[in-house]
Amino acid sequence: MELKDFKQRNISPGYIFFEGEKAPETGWQAFQKVVKRTLKGELFVGLWIVFREMIRFDIHTIQYPAQKMEMSPRYRAIHRLLRLFESGSERCIGCGLCEKICISNCIRMDTHIDEKSRKVVSEYSINFGRCIFCGYCAEVCPELAIVHGVEYENASEQRAHFGLKADMLTPLDTFRANEQKEFPGFGALSDNADEAVKQTPLAY
Amino acid sequence: MFETAVLVETLVKAVIVVAVVAGMAGFATFIERKVLAFMQRRLGPMNVGPYGLLQLAADGIKLFTKEDIVPQNAVKPIFMIAPVIAATTAFVAMAAVPYFPEFTLFGYVIHPIISDINVALLYVMGVASVGIYGPLLAGMSSANKWSLLGAARAVIQMLSFEVVTGLSVLAPIMMIGSLSLIDINDYQVGGITHWLIWKQPLAFILFAMAGFMETNRAPFDTIEFEAEVVAGYATEYSGMRWGLFFIGEYANMITISVLVSILFMGGYNSLWFIPGAVMMLIKVSFWVFLFLWVRAAWPHIRPDQLMWVCWKVLMPLAVVNILITGFVLI
Repeated sequence: MELKDFKQRNISPGYIFFEGEKAPETGWQAFQKVVKRTLKGELFVGLWIVFREMIRFDIHTIQYPAQKMEMSPRYRAIHRLLRLFESGSERCIGCGLCEKICISNCIRMDTHIDEKSRKVVSEYSINFGRCIFCGYCAEVCPELAIVHGVEYENASEQRAHFGLKADMLTPLDTFRANEQKEFPGFGALSDNADEAVKQTPLAY
Repeated sequence: MFETAVLVETLVKAVIVVAVVAGMAGFATFIERKVLAFMQRRLGPMNVGPYGLLQLAADGIKLFTKEDIVPQNAVKPIFMIAPVIAATTAFVAMAAVPYFPEFTLFGYVIHPIISDINVALLYVMGVASVGIYGPLLAGMSSANKWSLLGAARAVIQMLSFEVVTGLSVLAPIMMIGSLSLIDINDYQVGGITHWLIWKQPLAFILFAMAGFMETNRAPFDTIEFEAEVVAGYATEYSGMRWGLFFIGEYANMITISVLVSILFMGGYNSLWFIPGAVMMLIKVSFWVFLFLWVRAAWPHIRPDQLMWVCWKVLMPLAVVNILITGFVLI
């Protein structure tokens, strides 16, 4: 591979290089250029294109407060804490991995041992002033308990809003109405996760 | 008694023209936003009223109720009167422009022209040139460098295009032998083939270009082009004083549309089954639409290019056109 090819290895074959129009050298050439440009009708091509778009009326506007854009499942907005489908109790086991991996250090959790000697999360908060929405917490969570939502309208009167456990946890009403959606995005199991599971090798 | 009647008639006509044209100028802003939006695959104003129709009223209320600010170092009286000059001249120019064929109302024959003077075309062009004092005084009194640049550009632009306007209409005037717009209109009676656009195509193109320059519309909107001179002469203006500039610009647009329609496109003569008044409305609407259309499609040119094209291309072409017309007439 020559140096030129190496430098242009991101350019697909068939790419046409345009050196630019040659500048006119004599007055006669300049005059020819002017006449050519004047009579070529390029201006009318421009007029036709905008008129065509007006007739087609293919409007791309989203009238925002009335219409909303559907976000991709991989969009990383305000976090959500999910519940177990079977029992409705919180998925979070208080392992603290999200707290550890968080690179902007914005997750805080408090755990205690309850009367059944199980570890439960008493407090869980994310400081959204610091959060950079990198998605590491959702990726590292072994229980798929903390995931990213698609809520992007985060204007509020209080800095602490959205970031407390009560804000993020699926409300019981929503859960009972069967409206807790499994998160298909960042860090979640793929659709064919079951097939990808292999038997534990016990032979050795 | 007779003089009183003429006075009353003229006053009524003047009030109607000012009211209708000011209303049309306001409505044109709405149309402009909508047309530009559709051409750029947007919707334009949609929220105020059905399809955003009341946006016009909202803008009006905003303009009227805004604080009237005069900058600290500005020359106050000149600063305050400049927009009035711009708007007034735009409306005064309409005094000699006929809009429709004459018609009978309650037994009176009404000529829809405020004053049929025999130098109407000269008068309209003269008053339109005086209109340049609006931007010039505004820019020089604002104590702002962008305003000053805008004013300077306004003057060089006017010096360039006025020559082209005058020379380009000279050829049609030589053929018609009159400066009255009614005579010019009557010269083109008899269908599309009698329109002056076929006899004077070059003059038509030159005059249309000069019209775009006169109204400061794209592609010749050098004097208030945001990317280069913020808002040009209007940088320091706000509220209704800025609104007057705006109304003046749109009134100018309508005047130029009427002028081109009368001069080159058959004026208010009826065509086939279409009455003259409707023909006039169609032509003026088309020209106003063309102003918006061109703004959506074409980039604007630099001031030096504008001067180049005016002095080195358009003016020689206009002179050649006059010469050819003269030889043909002889």
